[in-house]
Parts: sequence; C-alpha cells; structure tokens
Amino acid sequence: MANTKAGGAEKNGKAAEEALSKKLPESGETAENAKEASKKGGVEIVKGQYTPVKYDEQYILMVNALKKYFPIKGGMVSKTIGWVKAVDGVTFNLKRGTTMGLVGESGCGKTTTGRTILRLSGEKTDGQVLFNGQEVYDLTAKEMRALRTKMQIIFQDPFSSLSPRLPVGEIIGEAVREHELVPKAEFDDYIDKVMDNCGLQPFHKDRYPHEFSGGQRQRICIARALALNPEFVVCDEPVSALDVSIQAQIINLLKDLQDQYKLTYLFISHDLSVVEHISDTVGVMYLGSLVEYGSTENIFSHPLHPYTEALFSAIPVPDPDVRMNRIVLEGSIPSPANPPSGCKFHTRCKHCTQRCKEEVPVQKEVEPGHFVVCHLYDK
Amino acid sequence: MAKNKPEGYLSAKESRRISKSNRKITNAMEKKRKRKNVPESEYLTQMHDSKNAVEFDNLHTYFFTDAGVVKSVDGVTFEVPIGKTVGVVGESGCGKSVTSLSLMQLLQRPQGQVVEGEIRLNLGDKAYDVTKMPNSELQKLRGNFMSMIFQEPMTSLNPVFRIGNQVDEVISLHDGEGKTKEDIKKRTIELLEMVGIANSDGVYKMYPHELSGGMRQRVMIAMALACNPRIIIADEPTTALDVTIQAQVLDLLKNLKDKINSSIMFITHDLGVIAEMADYVVVMYAGRIVEKGTADDIFHHPAHPYTIGLMASKPVVGKQVDKLYSIPGKVPNPINMPNYCYFKDRCEMCVNGCDGDYPCEVSISETHKVSCYRYNEENKAKTEGGEA
Repeated sequence: MANTKAGGAEKNGKAAEEALSKKLPESGETAENAKEASKKGGVEIVKGQYTPVKYDEQYILMVNALKKYFPIKGGMVSKTIGWVKAVDGVTFNLKRGTTMGLVGESGCGKTTTGRTILRLSGEKTDGQVLFNGQEVYDLTAKEMRALRTKMQIIFQDPFSSLSPRLPVGEIIGEAVREHELVPKAEFDDYIDKVMDNCGLQPFHKDRYPHEFSGGQRQRICIARALALNPEFVVCDEPVSALDVSIQAQIINLLKDLQDQYKLTYLFISHDLSVVEHISDTVGVMYLGSLVEYGSTENIFSHPLHPYTEALFSAIPVPDPDVRMNRIVLEGSIPSPANPPSGCKFHTRCKHCTQRCKEEVPVQKEVEPGHFVVCHLYDK
Repeated sequence: MAKNKPEGYLSAKESRRISKSNRKITNAMEKKRKRKNVPESEYLTQMHDSKNAVEFDNLHTYFFTDAGVVKSVDGVTFEVPIGKTVGVVGESGCGKSVTSLSLMQLLQRPQGQVVEGEIRLNLGDKAYDVTKMPNSELQKLRGNFMSMIFQEPMTSLNPVFRIGNQVDEVISLHDGEGKTKEDIKKRTIELLEMVGIANSDGVYKMYPHELSGGMRQRVMIAMALACNPRIIIADEPTTALDVTIQAQVLDLLKNLKDKINSSIMFITHDLGVIAEMADYVVVMYAGRIVEKGTADDIFHHPAHPYTIGLMASKPVVGKQVDKLYSIPGKVPNPINMPNYCYFKDRCEMCVNGCDGDYPCEVSISETHKVSCYRYNEENKAKTEGGEA
C-alpha cells in the first residue's frame, strides 16, 4: 500500500526537481569551480545530471552528488515498484590526513554512504566518488581489488564482524597474505608489529575472537583494517558498542594511529561528543542528504541548519546545573521510500515556509568552508 | 604442559566439584523460597526513614556459576527517596542491572540468589522486605507498585503479539479487576497517547517490528507505567536510541514522574543523562558502591578516583582536550576479587593505606559518601593539603 504511494510521490518530486536543475549555471573546470559544483550537488534526480567535479590534489576523497537507491520489489513478478532513497545527493570533499565526522539519526543513511564510497553495496545509483582522482566505480574487478588495500573499513559491531572460526592472527593476516603485501618470510613479524601497534599482545595470535573483551575485539578490527596499510579508513560507529572507559582507549588509539600513518578517516557515529572530539570537519545527514557540512568548530559553535540546531541541543551535558534549552523535534524521521517534497526536513522544522514545501534547497557556502542546505540562508 | 595452563583455567573435575557444592547451596535457598503459606510477619519490616520509597541495605547478590561464585552485588547500601530520581552509574558488569533485578526479584534462578541483606519497600502503611517475600505476593507488587523499563526495546517486546495485546496483558494481570475488555483497551490507547504516540489506534494493532526503536521504547515505557507504579526502574532506557529520540524519552519520563509522583531508579553509563535526570547519584564499581551523593556533589566535587576517571574519559561537547583520559587496566575478575580496594590496581592516586582491607565508607559531607582511603582521617589532611 505504502509502496504504490511512493511511486506517485516520486514522479511529482521528479518534475519539480527537474525544473530546478535547469537553473544550474554551467561550471568551468578549475578547482575553484569544483567547489562550486559541489554546492549545487543533490538537485537532480535524472541520472548523470550532476556537474562533474575535477580532481583536486589536496583532497583524497571527493564525493559529488552521490546517490544510492535500493529497489522495493513487489507484485507477482517482483518488479520494482519504488525506491528507498538511502543516500540521496551527498557532496563533500575530504582532505588528506584529516577526519570527517558523519552524524545523524539512525536510518538517515550514514552507514550506506560509507559503504557506497567503498563500493561495498553494489553499484551506485548516481554521482561521483573520486578516490585520489580515480572514479571508484569505473574500475574493473582487478583494479578494484588492488585499490581495496588503500581503503578499508572498521565495522560497527566487534561482536559480529569477526569470524568465530579463525584465530586472531589469521583474521588480521588473511588479507595481507592475499594481497601479497609482505614477503612470506616477514609475514609473522609483520603481523606481530601490526598487533603491537594496535595495543594487542602478539602472543594472542592463536586465540579466537570469543576469548577477547569488546574493547580488545575492536582493536582486532582496527588491526585488520590497518594491516593493509590503507590511506583511507571508514570507521562505522567504532565505539558505539563499547563502555565509556574503553571508548576513550579506542578513540585515543585511532588518533595515535592517524598521526603515525597519516590516515584519513570518515568517522560515522551518532555520538556527537565523540565526533566533536575526533573530527576536523563534520557533515550532518538527514534522510539521505547532507544538510550541513563544515569545520567542527563552525558547526558546533554556530550550527546553521534547524536540524543541526535541534540535534546539538539534545546532547546531554554532564553538569547538573546546566539547564538545557532543548529543541525537541516533533514526530519521527519520515520514510526514505517516500520522502517529503521540497526540503526533506520541512515536516519537522519550526521555520517551515511555503517555499520549503515546494522547492528543494541547494547547498550554499554561507561562510568559507561552511555549507548548508536550507532556504533560510538565501541571500 | 600442565604448568602452562592459562589463568582461570578449570579442569572438568574441579568444575564438577564447584557445581555440586553450588547446587547444594542454591537448592536449600530455593526450597526456602518455594514454601507455601509464608506468614506475613516473616517479610514485614520497618523502614529506617519513612520518606524513602526503597532502601537497599547491605545487599549481596551472588551468581553460583560452574566456574565459581560471582559476587555481582557485594554489599550495596543506598536509598531511593519518594518522588526523587536516583541515578546509578558504572561500567557494564559492575552490578547496576543486577541491583535492579534484585529489587524486582527477577534474577536468573536458581544460580542468581540474594544471599544477604534487605531491600525494604515502602508500601505507605507498612514495609516489606522484598528478598524474603514469596513469589505469589511479589506478583501483586510487580507491575502496579514497581515496574521496570528494560534495556533493549528490540528484544523485550514479544514479536508475535500485537502491541495492544501486550499492553492489555499488563493491565489485565495487575490492575484488571472489574474491568471489561473495552475498558482495558481504552486505557491502553490512553497510555499510548500519554507516551507521545500520535497514531495510537493504529499502533494498537501493529506488531513490534513495524515500529522504530524510539517508538518501541515508548511502548515499553507505556507498559511500565500502565498501573501508575510508585517505583520505576529504568534500566538504560535510552542507550539504544539516538540523541533526538533520547531527548524526547527523557522529557517524557520527567513529565510522567511529576504527574504520578513516583520515584525513579535510573540506570545508565551516560553521565550526561544522569546529570540531567538524577537528584542523587550512586557510582558503582565491581559490585560495590564507591561513591554516592547528590548530583551536585558528584559532578562538582567528585571524590573517588574512579568517578574522576570516568568523568575525564568522556568527551564533552565544547571542551576540547588533546587526549582523552583512559582508566588504565581493567576490571578485576569477578570470581577472585582481591581483598584490598578493588580499584587499587587501576588507581593513579594511591596512598599508604591502600594496601589494607577494602576501604569502608567515609562521609565527606552530610550527603556525600565515598569508599576510599584518601578520605580517611589520617590521610584527609594530607590530600587536602596536596590539592590546595
């Protein structure tokens, strides 16, 4: 029932968005314009209607108008009757050696964004993912395999992401051996070194994951990702399943490793205090779209988008004297299969106007490096 | 080979011996519990202070496992005043949840047993000791006098029954005398509306999988509040939720508490949530209370090294630090607890007395109590002098 509705709404949205996308100015090919293009991302719905970005040396990762829709199958012959718009126009650039935090409610597409960037969930629907200037989705299987060593992921739940049948040394070393990163003779020493770097005892190599505590398992996951000597790591809620005191250990470890190996992180989390601690830039997601993006200081000191404001006002402060000015959002996140027309946040926004209901806002640079997708900031 | 056995290794023979002796103890306890027609005088007691809703007095809850006796709760004493919120903080495995389960008497039997101590429950005109009450009497208190909001809304609702049925069941079991089915349904829908579910008629007919995490948690809260309980135990009610939903749930709990003037025992490891909700805070470590006091005492003048460490290890928005503090080491093995202060091996503020027995409770102020040698009479002058 809900699915048939989704189809209709999508058509309506399509028409409105197409009309808008025509207004897009032509963009040039310089790095300056690449930034401009990123501002305009997320408007279109027809495939290939984004302005391509050009590779800029300082960015390890450039994501432009990335979309990932999952089909809703239904009917007798399982035909596609709608799309779940898990990621719907995400645009950001990530500088080498920095950390970007990605925050948002559960179900807003944080994890799918991470996985789509790594090409872990099939084909993308639309947009660009440039890793070191190379479109990730253009690579052949063989080239992709070679690239896998450069981009790694640390999964959310250390209890379910480790094979219970493999000893720890094998979990960490399997990919190293497969990719032949080190000569056979040095293999054992290499694994010892990696484990030592991640705070694990090398003599634990022969133990199985069930013999470790949650914090230790997360260290194993980190060691597994880092054993391949990657440049870019997606950390998908690496500390959510851990205790407070262990969280601190893991966060410190991630920071130390970043300094040591010049890693770039995409840090996905819904814990805002952790994100503030670890990130250089922060992106806030709502229902598949990036609503605000900028440096950590800017975003936390003066959030612009009403959703970001509400989100940050809800962070509990460990001080009983602080009376909080909490903006409680009414209702819950709408279904991504049938997102509201216009601005997706308008159903819960207190600044909602008629324009918000009809017109999709575009990404604007309100101050240097601080982007927001909201009609409130139109000049 | 035999010499290389890892620490904590048990041979099958040893394990059998332990389980046999355990069974002897637990069987005796179960037999005592299962007696019929226990006279009321046996579990009738006196509250020490009539303003308290619950008093935990030297509670010991042990689990008799095949690897040895786990002292999950080892001498816990605190009280929950009427109309106030008490927050219980600590790492996982420190006995927070077991303390609350002891109050509800929902421990995993026969392994889990309250071996010593009292939990006094204030029923207005009289007081009962929960630990000695027979099950049939307890059943009359659970749900309508004290109720619990469980940790994971995903696993605590039954997936094969509709939401409405599950809430109806609570009402008909505990408060259903003289009520027709329609009355009960009306009350359920009223409850669902009270916890902020907009489409309450629709949700009444839904299955748990059709709801989001926040909605399920609301249903759990509606179930817990169905019979206007005087004591609500909230066991990490917001841990599985997003900040925005968490904010909604906390507001809801606060409003409801004021509406029905009940006491809340709030268990969590999130200090931010505690600061917001709690009037009194109890910090637990390895089955014991290391520090307790008003929220103001604990957050502005934390005394125990563990509390200080816990606060330092949590990143706080707006307070940039280069490196987070992390408490070194790990929690001692619950089967072989040391006979000195449990925190000594991880403590960076040890003083001379720390090698002695487990420290007893020291009062810093009227409300603020801490179990640490740093605050004993002879050390007090020294630490204060050192800090000043």
